[in-house]
Amino acid sequence: MKANLKSKLLLVAFAFALLLLPFATDALLGRGWVRIADFAMLYIMLALGLNIVVGYAGLLDLGYIAFFAVGAYCYALTGSPHLALAFPAIFPDGLHLPFWIVLPLAALVAGSFGVLLGAPTLRLRGDYLAIVTLGFGEIIRIFLNNLNAPLNLTNGPQGISRIDPISVAGVSLNNTQTLFGITLPSVHLYFYLFLACTTLVVVISHRLERSRIGRAWMAIREDEIAATAMGINTRNLKLLAFAMGAMFGGISGALFAGFQGFVSPESFSLMESVMVLCMVVLGGMGNIAGVILGSILLALLPEMLRHSVVPLQQALFGKTWIDPESLRMLLFGGALIAMMLYRPAGLLPSRLRRRELQSDETAETV
Amino acid sequence: MTDPLLQIRDLHVGYGGIRAVKGIHLDIAPGELVALIGNNGAGKTTTLKTLAGLLKPNSGEIRYDGNSLNGVAAHQRVSMGLALVPEGRGIFAHLSVSENLLMGAYSRGNSDEIAADLTRMYALFPRLHERKQQLAGTLSGGEQQMVAMARALMSRPRLLMLDEPSMGLAPLMVKNIFQTVRDISAQGMSILLVEQNAKLALQVASRGYVMESGAIALSGTSKELLESATVQRAYLGD
Repeated sequence: MKANLKSKLLLVAFAFALLLLPFATDALLGRGWVRIADFAMLYIMLALGLNIVVGYAGLLDLGYIAFFAVGAYCYALTGSPHLALAFPAIFPDGLHLPFWIVLPLAALVAGSFGVLLGAPTLRLRGDYLAIVTLGFGEIIRIFLNNLNAPLNLTNGPQGISRIDPISVAGVSLNNTQTLFGITLPSVHLYFYLFLACTTLVVVISHRLERSRIGRAWMAIREDEIAATAMGINTRNLKLLAFAMGAMFGGISGALFAGFQGFVSPESFSLMESVMVLCMVVLGGMGNIAGVILGSILLALLPEMLRHSVVPLQQALFGKTWIDPESLRMLLFGGALIAMMLYRPAGLLPSRLRRRELQSDETAETV
Repeated sequence: MTDPLLQIRDLHVGYGGIRAVKGIHLDIAPGELVALIGNNGAGKTTTLKTLAGLLKPNSGEIRYDGNSLNGVAAHQRVSMGLALVPEGRGIFAHLSVSENLLMGAYSRGNSDEIAADLTRMYALFPRLHERKQQLAGTLSGGEQQMVAMARALMSRPRLLMLDEPSMGLAPLMVKNIFQTVRDISAQGMSILLVEQNAKLALQVASRGYVMESGAIALSGTSKELLESATVQRAYLGD
């Protein structure tokens, strides 16, 4: 009972710390870092979505960023003047749907794309599945790049700009707002919106992990034949994993488009898919806390390098020898190799350790 | 004679061009323990996989409880009461023992009954109770076989299909597992036991079928088979 109260208090303290985080970051590190924190949360949502596909169901997906792209373009098309170019007769000013319609729409469309990718790959596993998903990711990106003719749907490589800022209950998040005498700059407002969405994604992931569906996914991951012999409809459950993962990706993508105000195909390259997969693997596949940690580390790493490498070299040599971008890749590769050697299950491995710490009286969830 | 629970009629199964099962007939009466023995590659596992719905037959019919199983998906067969303990056990290595057992009850809805069955399984396999929170992959081979059997029983089957339960186990553990098979059978469960270890299988079964390169070469009561000269020469090594 006492332990329960203590963990509740800890949770409340943690929530408070998260709420104060943008102010603390702003005061200590500057506003740019609040923006970085916002991006980190988009990555957390993405990585948690991929975690369902790769971590729970064991389906290696190398084209996951495609669903992020679908979500982003979904928002870009339904919340910008762009459609006026393609269909001037129907949408003379473009289409400007409210955020609360666009967000579920993006999730739904991305989820459908997930099923679309899942259906033909049901019989594939491992390497073969990875190759097909990689192809799918590239197909989406190339489509976005080329769908500016004959009908200008995506505006090609230039991307879509002037996307409506996200506005919640009539309050635009792009302008500084004052609430109870507290001034909230735009990045803070987005921070709270993303925090709410991330929390929702975390809660859903957590519930799924412990549900009958979650267990069925893990059974498929462990042994597909045995899973079928247990009465699991592997076809439907694999499709569900693809769809759920894609929905999280789509939500993250829509938020990204609203936050940036601009989308273009180059944000959705293969490298981004690999990056998100690395977040999942580095943190610990199948473990929510691990995936969150992996996402934060990999989202912050390039920024930390950018802010330290160049000034350091300037101070030491008066000149920049190594570009932070190439150093990022070097460190990143080194970190992955070190991890595979010393912590092959990720920084926070799922299950194994927790299981050993668990006492016998833990009630079984049926 | 009572109607058989399972009837296989002229079953043909193949992988691409290779015909693995060539027109077999097999019956199992309710409550009967039937052994299907034969050498490696005789088609025993293929037969079991077809029964479980993991493979599609080329032709022939499987009737279960009076209904044809043709076109019934694998996951539907589990709720009809067919349970397979796959070859090599097929346990979920990174799930705990209790989660493995719960997976066996996946096709059932009522959670009170499932909890009661879980308790029954732990009574049947006390070793599993001691290790219920442990990851199944960390258990010994014999314990993993217990997990696989208990998991199959969690679906409340009417016909339990065991594929090579003795494979890779220490002799003492094999004895243990076969005693459990006997106990389950004594409670009235129908069992189809596939084994390479012919002598052991025929000792627990009431009837047996001998399979050779995709066809049934011989069938009869266990006593007849154990005494038959062909079986003794080919499978008992006398």
